[in-house]
Amino acid sequence: MPERYYKSLRDLPKEEYLASGHRLCAGCAAGTIIRHLLKVAGPNTIVVTATGCLEVATTPYPLTAWRVPWIHVAFENAASVASGVEAAIKALQRKGLIDPSKRINIIAIGGDGGTYDIGFQALSGMLERGHKVMYLLYDNEAYMNTGIQRSGGTPQFAWTTTTPAGRVWKGKHQPKKPISDIVAAHRIPYVATANPAYVLDMVNKFRRALEVEGPSFVHVIQPCPTGWRFDPSKSIEIAKLATETGMWINWELDHGEFRVTVPVPKRKHVKHYIRAQGRFRHLTDEDIEKIQEYINKEVERINKLVGKEVIGPLAE
Amino acid sequence: MSSELPTWKEIPIAGTILEPGNSVKYKTGDWRTFRPVIDQEKCVRCLFCWAYCPDAAVKIVEKPYRTQSGREYQFSVEIDYDYCKGCGICANECPAKAIQMVEEVK
Ligand SMILES: Cc1ncc(C[n+]2csc(CCOP(=O)(O)OP(=O)(O)O)c2C)c(N)n1
Ligand code: SF4
Ligand code: SF4
Ligand code: SF4
Ligand SMILES: [Mg+2]
Repeated sequence: MPERYYKSLRDLPKEEYLASGHRLCAGCAAGTIIRHLLKVAGPNTIVVTATGCLEVATTPYPLTAWRVPWIHVAFENAASVASGVEAAIKALQRKGLIDPSKRINIIAIGGDGGTYDIGFQALSGMLERGHKVMYLLYDNEAYMNTGIQRSGGTPQFAWTTTTPAGRVWKGKHQPKKPISDIVAAHRIPYVATANPAYVLDMVNKFRRALEVEGPSFVHVIQPCPTGWRFDPSKSIEIAKLATETGMWINWELDHGEFRVTVPVPKRKHVKHYIRAQGRFRHLTDEDIEKIQEYINKEVERINKLVGKEVIGPLAE
Repeated sequence: MSSELPTWKEIPIAGTILEPGNSVKYKTGDWRTFRPVIDQEKCVRCLFCWAYCPDAAVKIVEKPYRTQSGREYQFSVEIDYDYCKGCGICANECPAKAIQMVEEVK
């Protein structure tokens, strides 16, 4: 089992470090994710955010929703800026200008566009240099802030404005890039995937990611009502379906030890997830079967890695 | 609001914002077309609504409550209508079906 720092929702800090009044769309799960990240991190935290919906919607000048020190520089370099912040804090501690025993969390946050694609070089460098920074990827599976363009994180067959659905195209051609596997290949201390529908699993991973010595990476699925085309009240329901269908598996790799932290004894058919979202409305039942086959293979791969059946067979 | 904005000579260098969390000056409650209404009788204080709300608009308040059937709670859960955007996640996720989405009408 993963570390259980928080056992019930009542154990979570009541303080809010992401203030209300931000302008994320109604029902945007990014708000849920970041609220919990900051609850876990607490006030001794510096956040660096790449541009994207989160950055734009939380900091419309002269207002900010952040109650911790926060900096944005550009789209592509959140990990580089965070590396610099970490190096600066270390230098100030060495000089005795900041109490050397004080633990200061440094968190870099990027969207899927900012992480899979444009910020990848900066991220890889940060991981390779070994900065003690937690990187959070909030994955809404497209460049949402600029109007729903496809990214390396967009799943196969999803409609976006740059992967249209019509007679010739059925949305995006390529499958989702396995970004967390690629990050794991950097052999950093901690890599995890999480889902805001499973709040306790998610916050325990945040806590672990902030605790390890060296870089850590947490990849969180973030349903986006605007870009995925569903009613805002369904954000958490759809997030849950992603895990119940095996479309999104919650795992962690802690110092080389791999675990699936949310086992799914019986899997739902992926059509329940797909049919709930307008971005997949062009798909036929046969198309959905192709997605199902892809998941079946992925589940088999994960079960093999764990050495037992943590994600069960298709049940409904 | 524009008349209160500082001039370019007055704003801090690099556009720094010196007031953490001042987004609370911007009330997002008027985005709402449906308002969540919690039935304190049905609420089992599970805190799912509080945990899932993207806008920190569900508040845990120190108001003890005794249900008609005699259950005692040390706290209650209330909606902050200044910021609730009316997304409906709380109502959709409430396991006790204690939250109704009611249309905002004048
Ligand atoms: C170098 C550069 N290219 C393009 C942009 C325009 N831009 C701003 S946000 C954004 C999309 C961000 O997508 P993602 O990282 O997935 O975050 P999301 O908006 O989906 O949360 C783009 C293309 C920019 N700010 N800088
Ligand atoms: S477009 Fe999507 S990711 Fe962006 S604020 Fe709206 S719901 Fe959130
Ligand atoms: S989700 Fe429902 S039962 Fe749980 S605390 Fe909220 S209103 Fe009460
Ligand atoms: S309707 Fe949405 S914004 Fe309002 S309290 Fe419920 S979850 Fe929060
Ligand atoms: Mg995105």
